[in-house]
Amino acid sequence: MSRPLYDRPILARHQTGLMNKFSRVASMQPQTHIDGVPVQTLTEAYGSPLFVFSEKTMVARYRELRDAFARRFSKVRVTWSYKTNYLDAICKVFHREGAWAEVVSEFEWEKARHNGVPGERIHLNGPLKTEATLRRVLPEGTLIHVDNFDELALLERLADELHLTPKVAVRVNMSVGSLTAWSRFGFNLESGQAMTAANRILAGKRLELVGLHCHLGTFILDPDSYREQAAKLAGLANELRRAHGAILSFIDIGGGFASHSKLKAQYLPGEQATPGFDRYAAACAEGMAALDYPAGQEPTIVLESGRALVDDAGTLISTVIANKRMPDGQRGLVIDAGVNVLFTSFWYDHDVVPAQPFGGISEPTVMYGPLCMNIDVVRDTIQFPPMRTGEQVVFRNVGAYNVTQWMQFITYRPAVVIIGADGRHGIIRKREQLETLLASEEVPSWL
Amino acid sequence: MQRLRDLAISDSGFVFDPFSGATYTVNGTAQVLLDGLKRGLDRDGLVALLRERFECSTEDLPRDIDDLVQSLRMFGLVPGGFEVRG
Ligand SMILES: Cc1ncc(COP(=O)(O)O)c(C=O)c1O
Repeated sequence: MSRPLYDRPILARHQTGLMNKFSRVASMQPQTHIDGVPVQTLTEAYGSPLFVFSEKTMVARYRELRDAFARRFSKVRVTWSYKTNYLDAICKVFHREGAWAEVVSEFEWEKARHNGVPGERIHLNGPLKTEATLRRVLPEGTLIHVDNFDELALLERLADELHLTPKVAVRVNMSVGSLTAWSRFGFNLESGQAMTAANRILAGKRLELVGLHCHLGTFILDPDSYREQAAKLAGLANELRRAHGAILSFIDIGGGFASHSKLKAQYLPGEQATPGFDRYAAACAEGMAALDYPAGQEPTIVLESGRALVDDAGTLISTVIANKRMPDGQRGLVIDAGVNVLFTSFWYDHDVVPAQPFGGISEPTVMYGPLCMNIDVVRDTIQFPPMRTGEQVVFRNVGAYNVTQWMQFITYRPAVVIIGADGRHGIIRKREQLETLLASEEVPSWL
Repeated sequence: MQRLRDLAISDSGFVFDPFSGATYTVNGTAQVLLDGLKRGLDRDGLVALLRERFECSTEDLPRDIDDLVQSLRMFGLVPGGFEVRG
C-alpha cells in the first residue's frame, strides 16, 4: 500500500458558542473562477494583489434596483454615487445603464463631466462647495443640494452675479428609528431648520427649489428606516405645497442600502441579513404614500445608491506570503494585501475563501497584511483551511469604497481589472510603480 | 507529559482531554506526531517517523514539528517550557 501524502500537522481545538462561524466552515467552497475566468489566469496576467470587478454583477444589481423602484413609482432616477468607486470604467457601466451622477467635490464633478455626464445631470452634494466650484458648475445647470445657510447666501449672491436661477434641493437630516442621525449634513427636520431653509429659498426667488434630499447613512439593514424617512420627506413636501403652492420635481432618498457584506457587529451573514431591493422599495413606497400631490405631478424618486450597486461586484485576490503560529494558538496567515488596500476591513468581516481546492482541517486563523503595523488585520478570527505559501485567497463583496479609500502606504496600490459580460477582461487601473509616485514629487534645487 | 499520555485519540482524529474536558481534531500527521511524542522520540526520531509514514517531498519537517509543539504548549497539553529534544 502506498503511503499517504504528507500534510502539515494540525491540532484544532473545538470551540463552543461560535456556531455561526463554524456552521459556515462546513459549507466553505473554494472560488477558483470569477465570472468564468480562472483566478490564476488573472493573477498571472495582472499580478497580486488584484481587484476584479464583474460587469455582469454591476448591471444585474443596477437593473434590479431600478426595476424594484420603477414598479412602485412612475418616475425614478438612479444616480451613481461617485465616492463609492469613481474609476472611469466602473462609472461608465452605470452611466451606460442610464445613471446620472451624484458627486461631493469638484474633483468628482470633473470626473463625471470627463465621463460624458452633462452638467445638468449631476447632483452636487456635501459640505464642500467653494465659490470657485459653484462658479464653475452653476452655468452648466448642475443641481445643488444645499448643506447650510452660508452656502445658501453664497448661492443667492452668485445667482445675481451670474444672472442665473440655480436649481437647488434642500438637504435634510432627521432622526429615524434607532439610526444614528447624520446630523452634520444639511438642515435638521425636527427643529424646523429644513422648513426655514426652504421658506427662505422660496421667498428669495433667486434660486429655484426643485427637490428635497436626505441620506440616512450607509449599510442600513432595516428597510423600515426608509418608510419613516419617506413619510417625513413627504410631510415636508406637503407643508411646502400648502404654504407656498410649491411642487417639487424630485425627492431624493439618498443611498445606504446594504450589500451582501457583513458588518463586524452583525450576527447573520449577508446572504441572510441583507434585504433585497424590493423590500427597500416597498418600504419607501409605503412612506411616500403620505405625499399629497396633484395626479400627474408626482416627483421623481432619486436614488443615490453606491455600496449596494458595486460592492457585490468586486473581488480582491491576494496571495499567501507565510503561515505563522500566534501566541494564542491561532494560525496567522500573512497575505500580500493589507488594510491599505482593503480599507473596509476595519468595519466588515469580509467573506474570504481559498482560490483553489483545499483539504485538511480548518483552524482559527487571523489574516494579516504586509504592513509593519499592528493594525494591519485584514480578517480577524475565521475558521480557515490550511494554505500553502503562494496560494491565493479571494475576498468577496469588496467593490465599494476600497478603490477610493485605499491608501498608498508602504506598498504600491494594486491593479484593478474588469471582466466583461462576455468574459473578456481588461485593466481599468494600472498597478502603481515607482514612476507613478515620483510623477507628483519634486526635489528643491538646494537638496 | 502525563496530560499528553492521557489523551484519548480515536482513529478518525477526534481527541479528548480527560483533564480539561476539551476536545480537538487532529489530522493524520499530527496523530502520528502525538504518538511519537508520547513515546518520547527526539526531533530526528520524529522526522524519521514522518518520513516512514508519509510521502514527503520538500517540506520543512522540523519546523512543522515545532509548530505542533507550540500548539500543544498553548493548549496546556505539555508543560510551558517543553521542547522536543535534539
Ligand atoms: C450624500 C450621499 N449619497 C449617497 C451615498 C452613498 O451611500 P451608499 O454607498 O451607502 O449607498 C453617500 C455615502 O456616504 C452620501 O454621503
